[in-house]
Amino acid sequence: MLQILEGSVAVAEAVKRCKPDVISAYPITPQTHIVERLAEMAADGEVEGEYICVESEFSALSACLGASAAGSRVYSATSAQGLILMAEVCFNVSGMRQPIVMTIANRALGAPLSIWNDQQDSLALRDSGWIQIYAEDVQEATDLHFIAYKVCEDHRVLLPAFVCFDGFILSHTYEPVDIPDQALVDKYLPAFKPYNMLDAKNPLSMGMYATPDYYHEFRYEHEMAMRRSADVLREAGAEFGKIFGRDYSKLVEGYRLEDAEIALIALGSVCGTIKDAIDEMREAGIKVGLLKLRAFRPFPADELKQALQGIKKIAIVEKNLSPGSRMLGAVGLEVKDAINDSSVSVLSYVTGLGGRDIRKQSIHDIVDACREGKGDMFYGLREEIL
Amino acid sequence: MALRIGCAAPPGNSRNNRTGSWRTFKPIFDYESCTVCGICQSICPEACINLVDEQYVPDYAFCKGCGMCANECSAASITMILEEK
Repeated sequence: MLQILEGSVAVAEAVKRCKPDVISAYPITPQTHIVERLAEMAADGEVEGEYICVESEFSALSACLGASAAGSRVYSATSAQGLILMAEVCFNVSGMRQPIVMTIANRALGAPLSIWNDQQDSLALRDSGWIQIYAEDVQEATDLHFIAYKVCEDHRVLLPAFVCFDGFILSHTYEPVDIPDQALVDKYLPAFKPYNMLDAKNPLSMGMYATPDYYHEFRYEHEMAMRRSADVLREAGAEFGKIFGRDYSKLVEGYRLEDAEIALIALGSVCGTIKDAIDEMREAGIKVGLLKLRAFRPFPADELKQALQGIKKIAIVEKNLSPGSRMLGAVGLEVKDAINDSSVSVLSYVTGLGGRDIRKQSIHDIVDACREGKGDMFYGLREEIL
Repeated sequence: MALRIGCAAPPGNSRNNRTGSWRTFKPIFDYESCTVCGICQSICPEACINLVDEQYVPDYAFCKGCGMCANECSAASITMILEEK
């Protein structure tokens, strides 16, 4: 049954149905409504897990790490400055291979201070060793939480995941959303079976140090787990489709790509705007399509290359900036590497930073620039204030 | 793989980490002047000085060569010498 829910509330409803044993988070805009709702649910006994109040994001994820090491299913959520305050703990969580799921309500990083949306926060933690998946709409944001737990806790993977959805654009927007029945969720996502855990009866130290004789191999195994997670994500997405009717077996999703010459590539909610712009451009005879990236880590390079067969020009809608990088954005670098074909032009367009709206006209303009071979640039600069 | 998840290790595992290879200076004990007071054993941060047949003997498999025993020895019976490897 469809309900009209705010994105954050829908995510909270999804998390509740994942039955976390421990939730710890610190409120930050635009993530606040998720954890407010979960705190209410915990207070009302709707969520049986323990909600640990803390004084910072660093403490929140540290509490989560301890709880996870003790064998709990754990949840957190944050945004922007909160996420980078967690940065040290993020590396510890992934290095210790704890399957924590954390929602990122994507927000720009300061300075200058901005509470509005772009994707700088999660992409800044690109190399933190967490799986990163991005939602286009509220339904997808909801569904990806179930999938994330299933993948993270799989003993072939044992990695944490960011479920990313655009702050305000999705977190504060009301959309019709199907919240799965608890009985079906329980069937899809059984109770967490830890690989190992802190247990007084079977003593174990966790988070040990590794000398140069061992560290290298830890990192190698981390990488292998991340690679394995791609197929586990596909499996879990397919199984989700069978039970709930919404298939997530692909890590990239094409829209009107079949006979396209130009492909736009993006992460997250802007894909919705891009689809509408593509429909208009198609009516005007422009052969353009969209490749939506659902997973950024692991990066689905082979799947992306396959989906882009025959494409001659690629325009990346970048909602992040990698200062000093020739292509300017983190997504473009990955795509260019995956394509690795000099006959295909891959150009980046940094846009929508700090909450600047990306409108259908922006997408038309980007496609025009791409057709003319102009790119690797900021789109929509207000020249008059420079 | 089994222990790498969690960067986990069973209790007592530090015995496998033979820190003696870190050593640059090696403590040499002179048992002629040693008064067997036991300060060296109580001060050793690696807890690798053992009483064997009424003599304090460093376990070079674990001694990092920090020199605290030599510095604290009341009878000046311990000398740190550069260890050529």
